[in-house]
Amino acid sequence: MTAPASTLTVDLAARFPGIVTAETRPGCTGFIVEKDNLIEVATVIRDELGFDLLTAVTGVDYFPEEKMEVVYHAYKTTGGPGLVFKVQVPRVDPVEVPSLIDIWPGVDLQEREAWDLMGIKFTGHPDLRRILMWEGFDGHPLRKDWKEGFYEEDTKPFKSRWPDGQFYMAEEKNPFNDNLTFPTNFDPEKWIPEGDALLYGALARYTVKQEDGMSTDRIVINMGPHHPSTHGVFRAVMTLDGETIVGLKPVLGYLHRNHDKIGERNTYLQNMPFTDRLDYFNSMTNNFGYALAVEKLMGIPVAERAEYIRIIVSELSRVQNHLIFIGTLLNDLGAMYTPSLYAFEERELILDIFEEISGARMMCNYFRFGGVVRDIPDSAMKKIKDLVYDRLQAKTDELDRMLTENEILVSRMKDVPMISAEDAIRYSVTGPVLRAAGVPYDIRRADPYGIYDRFDFDVAVRHNGDLMDNYLIRIDEIRQSLRILEQAIKQIPEGPINSQKPAYQVRVPAGEAYGRIESPKGELAFYLVSNGKPNPWRYHVRPASFVNLNALEKISIGAKIADFVVILAMFDIVMGECDR
Amino acid sequence: MDNEKLSLPQYDIPEDMQHAIAVTTLDRLYNWGRRSSVWPLMFGLACCAIEMIAAQTARYDMARFGMEVMRPTPRQADLLLVSGTVTKKMVPAIVRLYNQMPEPKYVVAMGACASGGGPFKEGYNVVAGIDKFLPVDVYIPGCPPTPQALIAGMIKLQEKIDKQTMKTNRWYDKKKVDANYVPVPVLGPDLMDPRRYDELKAAAAAKATQQESA
Repeated sequence: MTAPASTLTVDLAARFPGIVTAETRPGCTGFIVEKDNLIEVATVIRDELGFDLLTAVTGVDYFPEEKMEVVYHAYKTTGGPGLVFKVQVPRVDPVEVPSLIDIWPGVDLQEREAWDLMGIKFTGHPDLRRILMWEGFDGHPLRKDWKEGFYEEDTKPFKSRWPDGQFYMAEEKNPFNDNLTFPTNFDPEKWIPEGDALLYGALARYTVKQEDGMSTDRIVINMGPHHPSTHGVFRAVMTLDGETIVGLKPVLGYLHRNHDKIGERNTYLQNMPFTDRLDYFNSMTNNFGYALAVEKLMGIPVAERAEYIRIIVSELSRVQNHLIFIGTLLNDLGAMYTPSLYAFEERELILDIFEEISGARMMCNYFRFGGVVRDIPDSAMKKIKDLVYDRLQAKTDELDRMLTENEILVSRMKDVPMISAEDAIRYSVTGPVLRAAGVPYDIRRADPYGIYDRFDFDVAVRHNGDLMDNYLIRIDEIRQSLRILEQAIKQIPEGPINSQKPAYQVRVPAGEAYGRIESPKGELAFYLVSNGKPNPWRYHVRPASFVNLNALEKISIGAKIADFVVILAMFDIVMGECDR
Repeated sequence: MDNEKLSLPQYDIPEDMQHAIAVTTLDRLYNWGRRSSVWPLMFGLACCAIEMIAAQTARYDMARFGMEVMRPTPRQADLLLVSGTVTKKMVPAIVRLYNQMPEPKYVVAMGACASGGGPFKEGYNVVAGIDKFLPVDVYIPGCPPTPQALIAGMIKLQEKIDKQTMKTNRWYDKKKVDANYVPVPVLGPDLMDPRRYDELKAAAAAKATQQESA
């Protein structure tokens, strides 16, 4: 296992005496920064210490201690461990923390999320609206004293479901018979919805006209949440000047399934199947990230054979994800169906393997703390070998031959700008989009997890930063994944598949952990705070799709509306992960 | 229903006219036409949508059963496949889509979430099943249902269409003008169903008296 991400070479506390103090709570690392000096310290962290990539902003509600905390995770794009710094504020409304949007514009959506779900106000944020819930929703649901309609108990397993108790469900006692709660004396007929007015208000600053003599109107277009090329229920509201986008706001939350809240109620192991449903193309890599975070907290090793199995299934998952990406990209470009039929053909073969080893095609629930749940049978191993050595290589070449020189593809994507390297880093973009912009940042190399440091592979990187590169980098990555797979299949040892005994309940000591992996979409990370009880106190997912969308507004402004569909496709967003 | 039954309705047809004319009921003819051309709305919500796409691809090929033409616009669709978790934020959009579909129209709840909330049922933003708002014809269990399960569910829907008659179908009822119109829910402090405003008001008032007495 790799060293915790926050093993530090810098001592912020000595640099800022009286302003920054080192973390002293058991199992915690990092620095606590005074609220008033946050911007000053953050500037130094970025400019002098070189932590240019701010990946996660997490709000934590320490309800018993009457404190709210914002945790920042910063990394260097040249690689290496990260820096954790935190701000603590009293838990009295309004809870205010200065916004870091001027230093890292990539905190935009994450700060809005913390405001929405935690009620932490970021002063200086230009557009602090709710993001996952709608404007006008009552309360901030991730606060520990906020209770939803079906509330039974703070933690699972619920007493009412336990064998010796009388079984009942909370909804039987709920007079509404669904999970609705309303403020006291609320009158629905007098309610005025305010969300859209605020949204269009946020776009209003783009409606200033700068025409020379020519008077033209700008129109507002809603794309989604029901639209074939939004990859789910994404919605974008944009202002158009002719065909050029002059303003854009993403609207998220149409698939907000309360992953964090449910996760804080579940026991550690109960969360594993929920992580499957984050990025539902890649349940294997989601499991990997979560298992990594919990293993860091528990401080347990992973069985040797399981390490290899983890690499094999993650890389297979990456291959099928990129195949789907290529298929849907071509769909979005107008080459309906045929390319995606090719892509799905290979995907089915990989899903067959997943079904054989885990029991489910998509929701594998395959990882356990310390290993995996069951071994790969010989028949599945043979299938994997056939695929990796033979079929997938040929099929990747075939896709490459069929598509890369294709005239439609080239004319739609070549030299259409995506994002520059500087902007990609500033906007916290990770994954293939960052690498296609010319930054060779791959967590498998930069901050290795699992046993990725044992394999010989190249970090795929492209330098033009146009849409074509974003497509080509996926093909490169498939080839690199196949290289890793070949080595892993050769080296995999015999042995146990779990270093621990199977258990329903794991003992997790108090502390915090940040488990990050290079998922096919970018950095997927789990931030966990444990207080030694069977349930996590804070369970936060840092999804790649969600944070990458920070840059969407920046890229789209100035682009043509027809290209917007392709730009969105390049992010390869999955709404399950994006909205959680 | 196969073509044999359609053209051999157990009436005595003179021998020289057999296979030249067919005698059947209007219902049968009508249902036969409709069940063979169920056009689903190209509308995915969550994980189940991926299995829905997989069911369309060459390996499973839903087209064999006459329901392959996915329409991106609700105006051309017969079937709303609710494929995924229904969130409160999304419900108004789904109901609006349903209202825009021309009749006759059907709803299939695909997967555990759309049928009853599934694993996310306890969530504050999750609606425990689309049947709280729309009339559901077929429920398909699974999380997510495999493509085979989806096709089985669609065949169930075809069986249901076979049994329908124009006399009792709710969309041919002349007295009820908009029998199928579902009022669009409103996003308030929580999700509000306009059909239940009185109930909501009463409960909110009861909460007030409860707080006063406490």
